[in-house]
Amino acid sequence: MRRKIISGMLAMAMAAAMLSGCGSKGGSGQSAKASDGGKVLNISCWNEEFQTRLKEHYPGYQEIDKTTGKIGDVTVKWKMTPSTDNAYQNALDESLLKQKDAAADDKIDIFLVEADYALKYVNTDYTLDVEKELGISADKLSKQYQYTKDIVTDSKGNLKGVSWQACPGAMIYRRDVAKKVFNTDDPKKIQEYVKDWDTFKQTAATLKKAGYHTTSSTNDTYRVFSNNVSSKWVVDGKINIDEQIMNWVKLSKEMFDQKYTETYELWSGDWQKGFTSASDVFCYFGPAWFIDFTLGGHDLDGKWAATDGPQSFYWGGSWICGANGTDNKELVKNIIETMTCDEKVMTEFVKKNNEFVNNKSAMQTMAEDKGYSSKILGGQNPLGMFCTGADKINLNNLTPYDAGCNEEFQKAMKDYFEGHQTLEAALDMFYKNVETKYPELKH
Amino acid sequence: MKKAQRGKKSKVVRYNRWGYIFLIPFISVYVIFQLIPLVSTVYNSFFENYRSGLSQVGPNFVGFDNYLKIFTDGDIWTYLKNTMIMWGMGFVPQILLSLLLGAWFSNKRAKIKGTGFFKIVIYLPNLIMASAFSMLFFVLFSEKGPINSILVDLGILQNGYKFLSNVWSTRTLIAFMNCIMWFGNTTILLMAGMMGIDPSLTEAAEVDGATSLQIFSRITLPLVKPILIYVMITSLIGGLQMFDVPQILTNGTGNPVESSMTLIMYLNKHLYSKNYGMGGALSVLLFIITGILSLLVFKITDKKEAK
Amino acid sequence: MEKERQGIGSRIKRLITYVVLVLVSMLCLFWFYILFVNATRSNAEIQVGFSPVPGKYLIKNWTKLMQGALPIWHGLFNSLFIASLSAILTTYFSAMTAYAIHTYEFKLKKYMFTFILMVMMIPSQVTALGFLRLVDDMGLMNTFVPLIIPSIAAPVTFFYMKQYMESTLQLAIVEAARIDGAGEFRIFNTMIIPLMKPAIAVQAIFGFVSSWNNYFIPALILQDDKKKTLPVLIAQLRSADWLNFDMGQVYIMIAFSIFPVIIVYLFLSKYIVQGVALGSVKG
Repeated sequence: MRRKIISGMLAMAMAAAMLSGCGSKGGSGQSAKASDGGKVLNISCWNEEFQTRLKEHYPGYQEIDKTTGKIGDVTVKWKMTPSTDNAYQNALDESLLKQKDAAADDKIDIFLVEADYALKYVNTDYTLDVEKELGISADKLSKQYQYTKDIVTDSKGNLKGVSWQACPGAMIYRRDVAKKVFNTDDPKKIQEYVKDWDTFKQTAATLKKAGYHTTSSTNDTYRVFSNNVSSKWVVDGKINIDEQIMNWVKLSKEMFDQKYTETYELWSGDWQKGFTSASDVFCYFGPAWFIDFTLGGHDLDGKWAATDGPQSFYWGGSWICGANGTDNKELVKNIIETMTCDEKVMTEFVKKNNEFVNNKSAMQTMAEDKGYSSKILGGQNPLGMFCTGADKINLNNLTPYDAGCNEEFQKAMKDYFEGHQTLEAALDMFYKNVETKYPELKH
Repeated sequence: MKKAQRGKKSKVVRYNRWGYIFLIPFISVYVIFQLIPLVSTVYNSFFENYRSGLSQVGPNFVGFDNYLKIFTDGDIWTYLKNTMIMWGMGFVPQILLSLLLGAWFSNKRAKIKGTGFFKIVIYLPNLIMASAFSMLFFVLFSEKGPINSILVDLGILQNGYKFLSNVWSTRTLIAFMNCIMWFGNTTILLMAGMMGIDPSLTEAAEVDGATSLQIFSRITLPLVKPILIYVMITSLIGGLQMFDVPQILTNGTGNPVESSMTLIMYLNKHLYSKNYGMGGALSVLLFIITGILSLLVFKITDKKEAK
Repeated sequence: MEKERQGIGSRIKRLITYVVLVLVSMLCLFWFYILFVNATRSNAEIQVGFSPVPGKYLIKNWTKLMQGALPIWHGLFNSLFIASLSAILTTYFSAMTAYAIHTYEFKLKKYMFTFILMVMMIPSQVTALGFLRLVDDMGLMNTFVPLIIPSIAAPVTFFYMKQYMESTLQLAIVEAARIDGAGEFRIFNTMIIPLMKPAIAVQAIFGFVSSWNNYFIPALILQDDKKKTLPVLIAQLRSADWLNFDMGQVYIMIAFSIFPVIIVYLFLSKYIVQGVALGSVKG
């Protein structure tokens, strides 16, 4: 106790960080043999999503109350920290850093991450290798979409997390506007107008003439570009801006100057205005959940349609990671397998939770199901399109810095688009802010 | 004779011993919960010490390098300027309004009806969480938001004004919010001070035929001066620590072009990477700046008293 | 003639006074109205824009919130418990500290005063991360202790108490009590505290409100859902997944969490008004 206080006095973060950093390798060896001893399964997450799935679909899960449950004789403890203000990552970091010193029943066994910052955890020893350490065979994982694996594959090529969802996106446009401007609302024909970015820009000009904004914000197209980069944000410790990203800048500046679009923040009221018939926005870019739970529910339900758009992309999703040092390896393995590899369970997700699941054959079946159609999309079944989209997503150029770089880049460019400063000055501001967030980077 | 004197002295000493005793709870809690983290903050400002993802970089002793980096970047002065401008823009109307309301409420001759209601109402905005309040403002003043649609409907504007894309409208909004949130607080403080004043003083002045304004400026104001100093110092310190409102209203960017970026927002960026080195150095500088400015306020108010 | 003009003048003055007061009150109450309106609207309605007319979702939002996963009654109790204790501790001990500096003469007095003032100048964000590590090392994570006990050392409250004593408290009263043979501790508790009532009420409100609305530190310390305070639960509601995300619920929860503070505030504001009476007795 006394030693601990002194170390806290002098060193705060560093002592504990170094201790746990050194120790984690030893920890993994130890837990390998003691397979199923733990009485408590600790799960860290930021909302109830995974808890609900587990409760509804994992055989044998009994809810005791909102933060505890039971699987057999193992008590499940949920540690939920809201993601607002980075609180979730802060709390998770602190728990992981003292994972080695924690009593067996206090160690984190499972934690959830989002795509934006997944590599921060995946590239460390705090996550267990899904195949080698948890023992889930590649065969079982084979039906999952490759991009969902890319996001949680560490720099050495090991898979460190698994998701039950896939979130491939599409371009969702208004049928009434399409009919008026292009005389058709057929997704295949509209696709011709947006097949690549040059055509997209020409189409934007046409839409402008007819009195429409093409997108709600410059930020709408950002992830479509950033998901298709050919180089990484950071190369040899230096910040690198991919050509594709600069293409987005060029296109967006032009589109904003020509009033084809605006510079609203995603999720802001101004941005969401386009969900209604009172607005003049032609299209949004989003995955299945975006259509069902964000875009839908307004007076344009049934008047939307989806098409591939210029490039494929994804948006969202949660990944399950097994924590190194867990004393419940078998159970962790079983939960991950059931929730992400079991086709029967996953089909239930689709039916009960309206989820696009990370299982190619389950989704393929749904895509071919004539009975399935989206009300919001006016009877179109978009799943086939999402399926091919998901296959095309290629995420080979991820780094742990992506979340910060993407965020800071969009923020800095807003000033440039709006004419508050030159491109050079905006880029300098971007470099400065990224280097503040990640002091180890240079440019 | 001698005996009696000694007895008296020891009695005073015995009393004064209580000075220390009464300080024990404050000091002990302070040392444990604030001094320890604080000492480590200063200590860390001389080290390179941050986290890259989950791995620790440093601590490596770097001397004054962190401070040097802050000064060569030079952004700290811009952020200080922004902070002070926005604080001033909010504080001046706030203190004037508070003095006015305080005077009205404590003036029994004015016989204002419903003061009880007004007194209660003015503090209410402070009860809303700053984050919720900023959320509301963000919605109200967005380009297609209600304020703009009213202005367009009235024919004052042709298109929605981008309040949050222009330097002075952004700063004004932030100052306005701070003013609304805190003027009730200031009024209550001043009122509590004004009500503690011995009523016989003002009554005597009234008998002598002094006007309300005279009573206020010659009797009330000088007597509440300690409280006024308190309000100024704490508001200055609070202003220098301005964070929630601009952070949420500008989505953490301090847009446009960082013109509403405050010192603590800058510090907050360093905390993202648990940068105890840079964060520590910045904190020490912030502490020095606050100290100097507070001292200035003390000095200015002291001088007035000398006159 | 003279008198009449004065009459008109004071009437205009009063009119101006009322106009200003009404305007200011509207500026203060407007936000509550918007919060209320938003709490009566559905998520889809809120997304798309603001409307000054209340919607029809008040009861639906409320029942959804009640049926939801968040233990909001626990949250209410926790918030009340933490904020009340903090307010009591911060006012009592700040008054005590201020009294020590104000009344007694001792060697370190001057230094102590400057020292405490300097403490006030340290931004709380600075020590937050160090504080967290300390709490962890002391094994106090997921307890209320680190949210309550530190309020004993509140330099800002202390500073106010000190200034208040300077402008209102006469040492003669203390001397008189000493001659009557009262002990120092008793003098403080039975004489000084009642005299300080207006100041204590003011600072109790401030202390209560700031603790009530505190998010940053509680979010990192409280992990068990049943121990969380209302702002943490609100944040959790806001980080809900897309299936459950509902701004209507967020707003009704914000409204829900404001109610108790208003009641506490109304209760304490009585003491501020009572302060007038006390002042006159003293004179």
